[in-house]
Amino acid sequence: MSVSEDDVRRIARLARIAEPKDRVAKLTGELNGILAWVEMLNEVDVDGVEPMTTPVSTPLPLRDDTVTDGEIREKVLKNAPKAEEGFFVVPKSVE
Amino acid sequence: MSDMFSMSLLEARDALAKGDASSAELTAAHVKAAEDAQGALNCFTVIDPDHALSMAKASDARRAKGEAGVLEGVPLVIKDLFAVKGVETTASSNILKGFKPEYESSVTQNLWNEGAVMVAKSSMDEFAMGSSNETAATGPVVNPWRAKGSTEKLVPGGSSGGSVAALSAGIGYGATGTDTGGSIRQPAAFTGLVGVKPTYGRCSRWGVVAFASSLDHPGAFGKTVRDSALLTQTMSGHDPKDSTSYPGAVPDMLGACDKPVKGLRIGVPREYRMDGMPGEIDTLWSKGVDWLKAQGCEIVDISLPMTKYALPAYYIIAPAEASSNLARYDGMRYGLRVDGEDLIDTYEKTRAAGFGTEVQRRILIGTYVLSAGYYDAYYVKALKVRRRIYEDFQAAFEKVDAILTPTTPSAAFGIGSKSKADPIEMYLNDIFTVTANIAGIPAISVPAGLDGQGLPLGLQVITPALDEETMFSVAAAIEDAAGFTAKPERWW
Repeated sequence: MSVSEDDVRRIARLARIAEPKDRVAKLTGELNGILAWVEMLNEVDVDGVEPMTTPVSTPLPLRDDTVTDGEIREKVLKNAPKAEEGFFVVPKSVE
Repeated sequence: MSDMFSMSLLEARDALAKGDASSAELTAAHVKAAEDAQGALNCFTVIDPDHALSMAKASDARRAKGEAGVLEGVPLVIKDLFAVKGVETTASSNILKGFKPEYESSVTQNLWNEGAVMVAKSSMDEFAMGSSNETAATGPVVNPWRAKGSTEKLVPGGSSGGSVAALSAGIGYGATGTDTGGSIRQPAAFTGLVGVKPTYGRCSRWGVVAFASSLDHPGAFGKTVRDSALLTQTMSGHDPKDSTSYPGAVPDMLGACDKPVKGLRIGVPREYRMDGMPGEIDTLWSKGVDWLKAQGCEIVDISLPMTKYALPAYYIIAPAEASSNLARYDGMRYGLRVDGEDLIDTYEKTRAAGFGTEVQRRILIGTYVLSAGYYDAYYVKALKVRRRIYEDFQAAFEKVDAILTPTTPSAAFGIGSKSKADPIEMYLNDIFTVTANIAGIPAISVPAGLDGQGLPLGLQVITPALDEETMFSVAAAIEDAAGFTAKPERWW
């Protein structure tokens, strides 16, 4: 499988990265190089093999569903690019 | 007290305990050394003398009260991927410029709880994506090592390149790193240091900026195997804040360094003999085999047939996880914001401006392999191959107690010599290290010799999950036999 320059623009859109206009052709080549290289995996027989998502074999631990942290609004907002009156300030997103 | 900068961590700890030096004295000297080296090596992101000295003075006060921890007063270098409360933490990325966490990573907290002191924060490849420390927003880090008779600037390896450049230049008595595909072991090999990636879950990932969560392993650098063992065991331990943290007890890794290796079965995997690998690396590997044989180990030829598929599987799984993890950098809650015409435009402009080219490339690959229509062909396929690689190791560990391999297919290379080429050429640097990340098993790189150009090379020891003790026993045996004492000649 390979990608076209249009595919790269579409992927960039999905990834919320502004179209890298001056690099689309170069990126397309690089991505195709990587995709051609990983084709090697098709040589491996994976019939009946369960996908492995983590090296940890124990189930995820559970805890009581209670509040364990909070009342730290100042800390949460401390690194915000824009904050006012205890809230994050974000661009308008609902018409 | 011997020379302040050539002491090992254990020697520095003894000097502090005996009162030959205070932490304030040692720390002030190391901060000064860091400032002096920064211009030439570019290995730090933050040097904050006030912060370092206030930690050191607090340590001296604790010691005076008889409350010394196991690392009391020892100056360390901390990779910029670890959140340190109140100190800028950027993962060497412009998108986190100015970010000062209001919390402390669990691993660094464990170190501070035992009295350690931070000298500085070290540079790294942006978001730990790289094998040469050339992708840092603050520019390439320079290796203190140079080839004999040459002034060419070499890479320190990556992604934890700043940590190793600092430690091999004598700054700090140990350093933290993280290893997602080889980012501790490869730079350790390139700088004549010991680099430890423990079992997945041994060191908490909480407060460590995420790259690929199922592959990210915090770990340690030391000048000696024993230094690295003490650091690793201090960093380790169960952390309820990381759901993948291992809940069992932490073994005595330092004690394991003194355990004889007689009778251990050491596997030598034939698949790690690569075409085009320099003969010197093969020779060093054979030496390692002889050293262990001489100490009573049984050498067993083994096969890990899935080895060559580890790197391609990694370059699907790691970017996929990264594209998801890095979605959080949206310019709204922290980090950089570049204002656009609307919300989406702001996201897109922020991320295009904040992420460097290698990070963008990996986010795009990850987004593609997770997108509708390609998910099964790439991502699920890679996860299945991952299990086959894991099963390779399981089968091998039925027959052997540890596996010995070279750490890298080459010594340190010149800055710019690979980064300008095809990205895959750089990726291939991790060919011997990435398998242990895929399987989540412990692995260590031990400096074992110099190549013909006078550059360090490392040998890697891999053991089954949770068996760091055998790993440290074998590593200490190699260290004793290798007698590696070379240091970079000071030019910086």
